[in-house]
Amino acid sequence: MDLLNGPWRRELARLPWGMVLIICAIAGFGLVVLYSAAGGSLDPWALKQGVRFAILLIGALALALVPPERWLGWAWPIYITLLVALVGVEVAGAVRGGSQRWLNLGIMQFQPSEMMKLAIVLVLARYYQYVPKGYESRPDVLIPALALIAMPVGLVMLQPDLGTALSILFGGVVVLFLAGVRLWLFGTAAAAVAAMLPVAWSMLHDYQRKRVLIFLDPESDPRGAGYHITQSKIAIGSGGLSGKGFLNGTQSHLDYLPELHTDFAFATMAEEWGLMGGLFVIILYGLVLAWGIRTAISARSQFQRLLSLGLTATLFFYLAINMMMVMGLAPVVGIPLPLISWGGSAMMTVMILLGVVMGIARANRPRFD
Amino acid sequence: MDDPVRRMAFSRRALLLGAGMAGTGALLAGRMAWLAVFEGETYQLRAQANRVQDRLIPPRRGWIVDRQGKPIAMNRPDYRLELRPAEVEDLDATLVAIRAVLDIDLAEDARIRDDCATQPSFMPVVVRQNLSWREFSACNVRLATLPGVTPVQSFSRFYPEADHFAHIVGYVGAPTPEQYREEKNPLLIYPGFRIGKDGIERFADKQLRGTAGSSRVEITARGELVRELGTNADTPGDTLKLTIDRDLQDYAARRLGDNSASVIVMDVITGDVLCMVSMPAYDPNIFSRRVPAKLWNALQKDDHTPLLNKSAMGLYPPGSTFKMVTTLAALEAGIDPADTVGCSGAYRLGNNTWHCHARRGHGGVNMHRALPLSCDTYFYVMGRKVGIDAIAAMARRLGLGQEYPLPLPGQAKGIVPDKAWKQRRYGPDPKKGDWREGETLNASIGQGYIITNPLQLAVMTARLASGREVMPRLIADGPAPQFPSLGVPEAHLALVRQGMVDVVNAGYGTARAARSPIGDVLFAGKTGTAQVRRISAAERKRGVIRNEALPWKQRDHALFVAFAPADAPRYACSVIIEHGIAGGRYAAPIARDVLSFLFEPERALAVLPPIEAEAARLRALRQQNEAAASIASETRQMMPSWLKIDIKPPVFEIADADAPQPPREPE
Repeated sequence: MDLLNGPWRRELARLPWGMVLIICAIAGFGLVVLYSAAGGSLDPWALKQGVRFAILLIGALALALVPPERWLGWAWPIYITLLVALVGVEVAGAVRGGSQRWLNLGIMQFQPSEMMKLAIVLVLARYYQYVPKGYESRPDVLIPALALIAMPVGLVMLQPDLGTALSILFGGVVVLFLAGVRLWLFGTAAAAVAAMLPVAWSMLHDYQRKRVLIFLDPESDPRGAGYHITQSKIAIGSGGLSGKGFLNGTQSHLDYLPELHTDFAFATMAEEWGLMGGLFVIILYGLVLAWGIRTAISARSQFQRLLSLGLTATLFFYLAINMMMVMGLAPVVGIPLPLISWGGSAMMTVMILLGVVMGIARANRPRFD
Repeated sequence: MDDPVRRMAFSRRALLLGAGMAGTGALLAGRMAWLAVFEGETYQLRAQANRVQDRLIPPRRGWIVDRQGKPIAMNRPDYRLELRPAEVEDLDATLVAIRAVLDIDLAEDARIRDDCATQPSFMPVVVRQNLSWREFSACNVRLATLPGVTPVQSFSRFYPEADHFAHIVGYVGAPTPEQYREEKNPLLIYPGFRIGKDGIERFADKQLRGTAGSSRVEITARGELVRELGTNADTPGDTLKLTIDRDLQDYAARRLGDNSASVIVMDVITGDVLCMVSMPAYDPNIFSRRVPAKLWNALQKDDHTPLLNKSAMGLYPPGSTFKMVTTLAALEAGIDPADTVGCSGAYRLGNNTWHCHARRGHGGVNMHRALPLSCDTYFYVMGRKVGIDAIAAMARRLGLGQEYPLPLPGQAKGIVPDKAWKQRRYGPDPKKGDWREGETLNASIGQGYIITNPLQLAVMTARLASGREVMPRLIADGPAPQFPSLGVPEAHLALVRQGMVDVVNAGYGTARAARSPIGDVLFAGKTGTAQVRRISAAERKRGVIRNEALPWKQRDHALFVAFAPADAPRYACSVIIEHGIAGGRYAAPIARDVLSFLFEPERALAVLPPIEAEAARLRALRQQNEAAASIASETRQMMPSWLKIDIKPPVFEIADADAPQPPREPE
């Protein structure tokens, strides 16, 4: 129990408090957006979200005190537990009928696929920690690694939850990339996927094709599936340079913008705060990501490096997909904007992620004492 | 244990990844700047278009008032619930939701579904009209978010005198789908908006319609109203003043009872039409909403033609009322009024015999006695002397055979025959096209080809009475016009007027029933009985059947024209009773009462009760017969809301134009 017996006061001081401040700034701005989305009221979102953030922040800070090498030992148990849970979800779903994404643990609902986004990075970082330099791309090393990615991705796809599956896939592939797997392998894989596209297209159902086509041209179905993207673009575009002003958004307050407090929270924000608000969020997140990269580069072991940057990339994936979606650059997939969108499980994932990265940053901080 | 080579390799890959992130960040920032700054204006407009809706405020329709400003057509607030099939997502669910608020029975439900199925989907369908305030508020609260369903507060047209003004004023109705497709004016499909369909409502529609206002409102995605951003008030339509006297029109309509008849009263100096009644009529209040198909069928089948404006569209042989024209033509041809014609009751031309209505003849008749006696023989002789062209020319000067510039659709022009007309109509074969002497005889007593409408007869009388080229006018839009003189010598007119005075007041006149009940006012007039049926040779041999014994459809038309006061004419009147048997006996008393109403309304009103009681009895009898006949074909359908009356005037069978006049009943 080195956590309690150890010099935790000293370690607390070594936490990256600047980053904590930035995270608080982002979450605080998120609360402002939720306050406005509710029509200028703390109810039903802003207050609850604020309390939730406060609790999760304390949790993340506690997590940041865990020595990073501890995760090395926990990697396999966590991964295997989550894999079993994913199978459990599948079984429970098959028994009860319909698709199921979480297990009811009595006191809380537990969504294993959400945690798997982090676990995949953790387990691969653990895996590559012990792979000697130059062996990363060998088939006997690479194939087990790919299997580690394929199992959870496949299970999540079965749910079916394309957004989360892609997120897990992205986290795994990023770790492979960082671990030093040869670039031509990525190139070949990308080419293979591109080559598969026409085949996949011909295998899609009509309604699936229609979705893709609507993504490519949302105006073709302004009342149906294209409605979300169209209204979101109108919200962002009509915000202009400095926005319509706090509580003055029309797209959001008059219900033209769907999901204004969850997936499209960025559009809600951009309508009232304009390009300035958007750049503010992008820059703050840019700072978080830059800090994540710096933490990884300055970390002391391959495991820490892979873990911290893999997690940072996962955070990036969240951000990029959500913002691209609201700006009409990506199809509508249910991925929320971390720390700003209303929702507990996504916030918990992100706060755990930040806690682990902060822990690595803390551990590698040069000692002045 | 940390391998620096490995560390370097990681850093390279990490920076590569970081560059990718930065690139993505830049892409996002750029995209956002593009949306917000370069395309910002477009999206601002689109956000505005989302949020702001321009709602029409339909203008209130102008009133129509009588010469004293009493309302003839006005507006009444009307709360209704309408739905637009184009915007309704699920008709069944919508009707269920409506049923939770309003009590809709099965028949109504079926009608709404029928309407939704048959009308173009952009045309609003009335769910229920004449809602109470309580029902209307309930609809507003509970149905506001139902797509396609609109509680509408509008003004509906109200005609306080109902059927008495139907043919002049017309009625309003929904615009036709075709009209909307042509004009594309959103007002035309505004729920509850009505345009003029007939009569003055149609003629002066542009003037009465006004211009729509608009209100800018902010709405949510579900169509709920958030607030009003500003309004641009509507301009109500102009009030239109008619020359009609509402009370007189009412009186005349009531006085006609159950007759299929027309009464017109004109001011002989200004040409103002004071009264123009055609009875029976339809109730324009019903026509302005929806006409049940059953009522429509009944109106169309009714042999008293309630849909037809007999005053302007009905065509009748003028009969003896035409004799003033013949008289004036004779005077103009230089015939001495003192010349006597011997009337034996029959007049021979070639192999045929023309009869006078007095079987034993009138003896010696000069011009002074010809009109009061209505001696046919005298006019046969005069007609032959002056010729058809002179008679026709005089008829046209007196206003017959022409359409007047009045806001009435479908005025019948009638026929004033002459040689050229017959050549055009039946020529060029001389056998058919040449004018025959016998036709002149018939024309000189207002039979044969000649045919007029009641309005023309009123104008003729007004011109005789005033000596001016009076034109009728219905809309009082300015000072009374000055009319030029007819160009008929005053002495000639005085003679004709004296003849008409004697028709009513002399002991031997044919219209003693029309004598004025008012002490110091004398009436003057002329009877007419226009033959409807062809009388067969066999029937003629047997002797003429009394008119009263004939079926209604075959009885003669009764006509009477009059003016008053006799010494200083002010009012001209024409009365026609379809199949009314005899002008002197049946039409003249009506003219007397209508004219006396102008001088002493109380006295005129006193005669109404027995007449109205009798009329009610007859009407009930007729309705009973009709109901019995129509039960088999009962339907619950409604006619379209944009219904417009479109019927042709009936054609009465007339005797051969040159057939000799048979013996008839005395007038």
